[in-house]
Amino acid sequence: MMGMVAAITARDLKLAMRRQADIVSVLFFFIIVASLFPLGIGPEQDLLRKLAPGVLWVGALLATMLSLPKLFADDFRDGTLEQLVLAPQPLGLTVLGKVLAHWLVSGLPLALLAPVLGLQFDLSSDALLVLTVSLLIGTPALSGIGAIGAALTLGLRGGGVLVSLLVLPLYIPVLIFGAGAVDATVAGLGAEAHLSILGALAIGGVFFAPWATAAALRIALE
Amino acid sequence: MLEASHLECQRGDRRLFAGVDFRLDAGEMLFLQGKNGSGKTTLLRMICGLSHPVSGEIRWKGESIHALGETFREELCYLGHLNAIKEELTPLENLSASAKLAGEALNEDEALDALEVVGLLGREDLACKYLSQGQKRRVALSRLVQEKRALWVLDEPFVALDVAAVSWLAGLIGAHLQRGGLAVLTTHQTVDIPAGAIRELKLS
Repeated sequence: MMGMVAAITARDLKLAMRRQADIVSVLFFFIIVASLFPLGIGPEQDLLRKLAPGVLWVGALLATMLSLPKLFADDFRDGTLEQLVLAPQPLGLTVLGKVLAHWLVSGLPLALLAPVLGLQFDLSSDALLVLTVSLLIGTPALSGIGAIGAALTLGLRGGGVLVSLLVLPLYIPVLIFGAGAVDATVAGLGAEAHLSILGALAIGGVFFAPWATAAALRIALE
Repeated sequence: MLEASHLECQRGDRRLFAGVDFRLDAGEMLFLQGKNGSGKTTLLRMICGLSHPVSGEIRWKGESIHALGETFREELCYLGHLNAIKEELTPLENLSASAKLAGEALNEDEALDALEVVGLLGREDLACKYLSQGQKRRVALSRLVQEKRALWVLDEPFVALDVAAVSWLAGLIGAHLQRGGLAVLTTHQTVDIPAGAIRELKLS
């Protein structure tokens, strides 16, 4: 069963490597959004430190958003999605494989890039570490929840905008606890509580979202 | 083995067909006919379980295909009018990826053999975006070469193929029926398929 999940993840990763422009554009978007704030606000260190968690998390959220419409669209257009639905395994597992691949090419690089961008906001090394950890825990939830939105808007005109309207409100809890973890560290409080809730959201997102996504995909193919 | 009773299909306000019945046993082929827009593709998708009929039921070995779920899908091979191949991958990668996703073990030698049969040997390492329309169709068809599943559902399988490939594919379908397989297909071309029993169903 897990072999199937690995097979679909491997296929999606191979495809992503052949279309690197998609990955790079998401990362550049994140870099530019996160860099505009220090440039616009000016070198006021206290203010920047205060803004950093929110700005970096919102940036990561919007960058993830940018990569969502493509999650199922290509498979839908070339007929591969029909074959995936007809494969003799639960569709939820197939979706899990795709969500995993999506995280590996969007969430993971965003999390690894974040500490470098955090330096522009004069964050301490503790805060940078918590920022990375919070993104590592939180971005799987973003991929999972995002998959539901991507599946619901599949085949619709202007699906890209619609997916943002659908998914961004659902990202709010992840944003609050993700940015909250960094905030707490900056304020000298522990981040454990925030990170635990973030972990719970991620587990919920990754394990329940694929089933909702599978139902939405079946409707899209009907 | 495959039975359908009183199938009805509606698209929006329009009723595409109603009261469609058929029955197909091992070694038989169902040839769907009808004008463009008469609902052939929709009926094929219903047989696969992708679309749901408004009323009526499709049964495989006596049980509803939706109740069977994965057990039915293990015996089904569907080739739609889309090729379901990835332009960025090579024919070899496409073939092994689709075999893996279908839950079948296909080693590289078997995959190369299948590509040789469809006449793509020498192109196996070329990304599919550089192939012609007919060659892409051949990549999609290479899935059928090693296919051991009982029920083949083929939507316009002969489109974009040259004369030699059309007769090769007809032979392949014939051999599948000879082994006791079932096939449901649509085509607008006149193709001579060496099958024992051909049932015809006209949608209007």
